[in-house]
Amino acid sequence: MSRVMPEAVPIEVRGLVKRYGELVAVDDVDLTVEPGDVFGYLGPNGAGKTTSLRMMLGLIRPTAGSVRIFGRDPQLSVKALEGVAGFVEAPSFYPYLSGRENLRLFAAFDGDGAAARIEESLATVGLAERAKDRVGGYSHGMRQRLGIAAALLRRPRLLMLDEPATGLDPGGMRDMRDLIRELSASGMTVLLSSHLLAEVEEVCNRVAIVRTGRVVYQGSLVDLRAQAGEDYVLRTTEDGVARRVAEIQAGVTAVRPRPEGGLTFKAEGEDAVSALSLALTESGALIRELSPRHASLEDLFFSLTEGDERVETRRESGEGGGDPAARAKEAA
Amino acid sequence: MNPGVLTIYRWELRKLRAQKRTYLGLGAAAIVPIIFVVALVTQSGQPNDVAFGRYLHDTGLAVPLVLLLFGSVWMFPLITALVAGDIVAAEDRNDTLKTILTRSVERHQVFAGKALATFTYAILAIAVTGAVALVAGILASGFNSIISLSGTRVSATEGLGLVGLSLLFYLVPILAIASIGLLFSTVFRNSAAAIVGTLMFSLLVQLIGILPGLGGIHPYLLSTQFNAWQGFLRSPVDWTPVIRALWVCAIYAVPALIAAVLVFLRRDVAGD
Repeated sequence: MSRVMPEAVPIEVRGLVKRYGELVAVDDVDLTVEPGDVFGYLGPNGAGKTTSLRMMLGLIRPTAGSVRIFGRDPQLSVKALEGVAGFVEAPSFYPYLSGRENLRLFAAFDGDGAAARIEESLATVGLAERAKDRVGGYSHGMRQRLGIAAALLRRPRLLMLDEPATGLDPGGMRDMRDLIRELSASGMTVLLSSHLLAEVEEVCNRVAIVRTGRVVYQGSLVDLRAQAGEDYVLRTTEDGVARRVAEIQAGVTAVRPRPEGGLTFKAEGEDAVSALSLALTESGALIRELSPRHASLEDLFFSLTEGDERVETRRESGEGGGDPAARAKEAA
Repeated sequence: MNPGVLTIYRWELRKLRAQKRTYLGLGAAAIVPIIFVVALVTQSGQPNDVAFGRYLHDTGLAVPLVLLLFGSVWMFPLITALVAGDIVAAEDRNDTLKTILTRSVERHQVFAGKALATFTYAILAIAVTGAVALVAGILASGFNSIISLSGTRVSATEGLGLVGLSLLFYLVPILAIASIGLLFSTVFRNSAAAIVGTLMFSLLVQLIGILPGLGGIHPYLLSTQFNAWQGFLRSPVDWTPVIRALWVCAIYAVPALIAAVLVFLRRDVAGD
């Protein structure tokens, strides 16, 4: 292929379909990941995220549609994955080899001087101490980190991570987020799949939200948030007074009492929120809590990915986690 | 510079060295001749109905030859299948296919590396059995001349050469079994199924050979090729079974390998 690619797009997916008999796992997905993006591929489990990622890495054949990685087709040759690294589902290793031996094997399969980066990669993910132990004895978190180390051996320009925070404890999740930010700051493009909005919200600039194989939203998080409207939670010493003050405040709308006390409102901008806080203080309603509430984005995410009936089921089964906002919204 | 088949082959060997099943197979290949010789030394009888059986007490050279005959029923197919049936399926068990196929190696290179490592192991297993059987046999019965299948006496040194040649030629059907093991390992994606499948295949072919009325196909069964080396132990050398073994084994091995490659190249690597 001698086509000139001045600004090859890291990932360009068009009309991607994967069918298993009757089941359509991935349904006509279009996706564009631009250089420098930290792109969140967001959707509930079973939405087809991993299947899409496998097709992007050339591991499974699409039923229809095309994948281009930096302009090249991963179905034709593994050469399309030059400068690409990552893992789908949990990263996997040879359990009977040590962590370092596993990396040596991968580096040998990478060529291109990857072997020289083994110790550096182990240090980056904090595994240097345990690298001599057999991977069979590694914890889930250690495997996850070894997976990142294995990816870094390739000095990728594009990193594809499938649910990287799954099964990590809070500290591990924070480390993972920091690492992704760090890698992104160094110029790497990152595609990150997740079923957790919070995880994506923290690190991604753009997202695609998938539901049963279809992309239902694609764009920047800022736009998505604007679509959702930013909600705030307000608790004061005098909620009755606060409500009257808020209702006449410019730029503040949708003031509603919360069942568990306090108010919620929408604000047109942060200046309106600042002005409200001053007005409240002057009125004698002293602020106990004034915070943005991302649950509205979460509501939007649920309604995009599951539909309202499903939000209902989640609430009943309790697996949605106590989300009073979603409940209040449902009740309204 | 992308790595090639040789790199993958070296790592496949390294992986085999780190796995217990490799030593289980090679251990069996070493222990069976020892048990055989111990039994021979402690008993006065010998299997007279088997070629070279009656010379077991006369010369150590007969020991590897008798073992080749006995081992063809299931021992060598099993030792071969132990690794051949596992080498692709193990990647499914550990879900590591996705890991190595997203590095800089093509699928056909991975398969080639695995096939070469499997063949290397099978060759090593036969070499181990042959060497141990020779040493133990010579210690027990001495390094003496042997009577060929044509009834002529062959000197010990010449006999040793013929035993080496027989062991070498025994690899032809063994590598065909290995190829079938590779196919099953690729298709079944499960070690146990592939190992048992390979062994069953080998046993079924032998059973076909004893069905009445099927005598005509007997020379073309895979199991028959395990006796082809006997052509070397006639004077003059009987090339008919030797040459037939070459092409008959190819008829079993080549389609199996082609099918395995095609499946491996086209398969979806999805953790199910």
